[in-house]
Amino acid sequence: MITLHWVYALAGAIFAAFALLGVADKSNTRARRTAAFWALLALSMWAGDALGDLGNGVLVLGLVGLAASGLGRGSGAVADAVRQERAGRFGNGLFAVALVIPVTALVGTLLFKEMPGWVDGKQATLIALALGVLIALVVGCLWLRASPVVPLQQGRRLMDQVGWAAILPQMLASLGAVFALAGVGDAVGGLVSQAIPQGSLLGAVIAYGLGMALFTIVMGNAFAAFPVMTAAIGVPLLIRTYHGDPAIVCAIGMLAGFCGTLLTPMAANFNLVPAALLELKDKHGVIRQQVGTALPLLAVNIALIYWLAFP
Amino acid sequence: MWVLLGIAVIVAGFVLRFNPLLVILASAVVTGIAAGLDPLAILAAFGKAFNEARYVSIIWIVLPVVALLEAHGLQERARGLIGRMRGATVGRFLTGYLLVRQGLAAVGLTSVAGHAQTVRPLVAPIAEAAAERQAGDLDDTEREKVKAMAAATDNVGLFFGEDIFLAIGSILLIKGLLEQYGINLEPLQLSVWAIPTAIAAFLIHGFRLWRLDRRLNRADRP
Repeated sequence: MITLHWVYALAGAIFAAFALLGVADKSNTRARRTAAFWALLALSMWAGDALGDLGNGVLVLGLVGLAASGLGRGSGAVADAVRQERAGRFGNGLFAVALVIPVTALVGTLLFKEMPGWVDGKQATLIALALGVLIALVVGCLWLRASPVVPLQQGRRLMDQVGWAAILPQMLASLGAVFALAGVGDAVGGLVSQAIPQGSLLGAVIAYGLGMALFTIVMGNAFAAFPVMTAAIGVPLLIRTYHGDPAIVCAIGMLAGFCGTLLTPMAANFNLVPAALLELKDKHGVIRQQVGTALPLLAVNIALIYWLAFP
Repeated sequence: MWVLLGIAVIVAGFVLRFNPLLVILASAVVTGIAAGLDPLAILAAFGKAFNEARYVSIIWIVLPVVALLEAHGLQERARGLIGRMRGATVGRFLTGYLLVRQGLAAVGLTSVAGHAQTVRPLVAPIAEAAAERQAGDLDDTEREKVKAMAAATDNVGLFFGEDIFLAIGSILLIKGLLEQYGINLEPLQLSVWAIPTAIAAFLIHGFRLWRLDRRLNRADRP
């Protein structure tokens, strides 16, 4: 049966290719350190289950140490003029290949449910996504007459540009687990629950939505706020006490957090970087334009949770 | 209550601009010690969680495909497509861009557009040109607002489109967290509930863009 481990094997192979190609990149002055980072991630994908808990902890220390010492990025982009010429030559077929991945992910999710002996149904989407990547790579390389090294080499260049931020979501998810172990959610929940009127569903929904937005403003990332607020209010109150639909509570709760992302300089890549790119005099000019959308949308999200999750 | 120190570490570390990965690890250590765990147990707990959360990082396997297509002109083609939509007003143009950005993000094409790729070279200049034509003479404050609005529109389109895609990081994070509470959900069950908010975001931001048009048109009259 095809399980998530097949996808991890593929991801490990791709990270290993990034490491091997990166070590030979002379344009990157920190090529070895950068390659070591991707190699550790490949090791995690391939052998994470065999390393043991402490072994994985040491692996994380290695990743963080390399990231903190500074990763480099190489060059090797295709020239603008070449890309312009190719865009004209290959046309809208480029969009078709790009769409192979989402379409395969969607169709695969629905189809794999019907073949329980073949594919692990619980992981259907991720397995289908990986299949889509493979199909798109084969179709793309054949149609564009590109060597299989081209997507890996260019992909490595993109990966280097993302750099250590690539594992930020996974690190924040892990921090969430430590927070859960230490009872941070309970502590925040204790604080927040003092502010919620006893027995008020509306009060609990407002506290959850506002809490997601406020916590995201503080942390700069809804990913960090989500495990805390969900452990404090989402699961114990909204889902267990008031029997809210967990999919609706969590999906829209996350989007309430996104409203907070629009309001915080902590989310620098979205809010401060464009102000610099556009040479605005006001560093917070982009945030100022986002307030008028973020606040009403936050109110809408809170109302949607209240109406949709509690029939 | 001492376990909340870990949150203080996160805030302080981000404000002081230390490497976020380092800040996260420090926060985990402080939180664990406050909860009475010994350092090795904290490291093991973090390592275990990191291993179990690997699926969050497998999204990067799409990069070789994106890179292959970009090397063959995907962004240039996308710019050509967006560039042809020169509507008459800044509001209509940005509303169109909002729709395209939401649509692309919803099918997982989050990095086809962005502040560096599309906003700076294309969206902001077109928006500025349209606003100039509407208002006659554009003062510096209005010019800044229009450019900032172009960037804001990109963010709104991305944030409230991407969660409709099945395999985006935040959907996978929700799935992973709920599994810890014994609630098993499929990404598709979660991502459909991003649609109502996506529609609301389009209506609210679109309304603000319509008002921007009205303000600029009024400025034209003596």
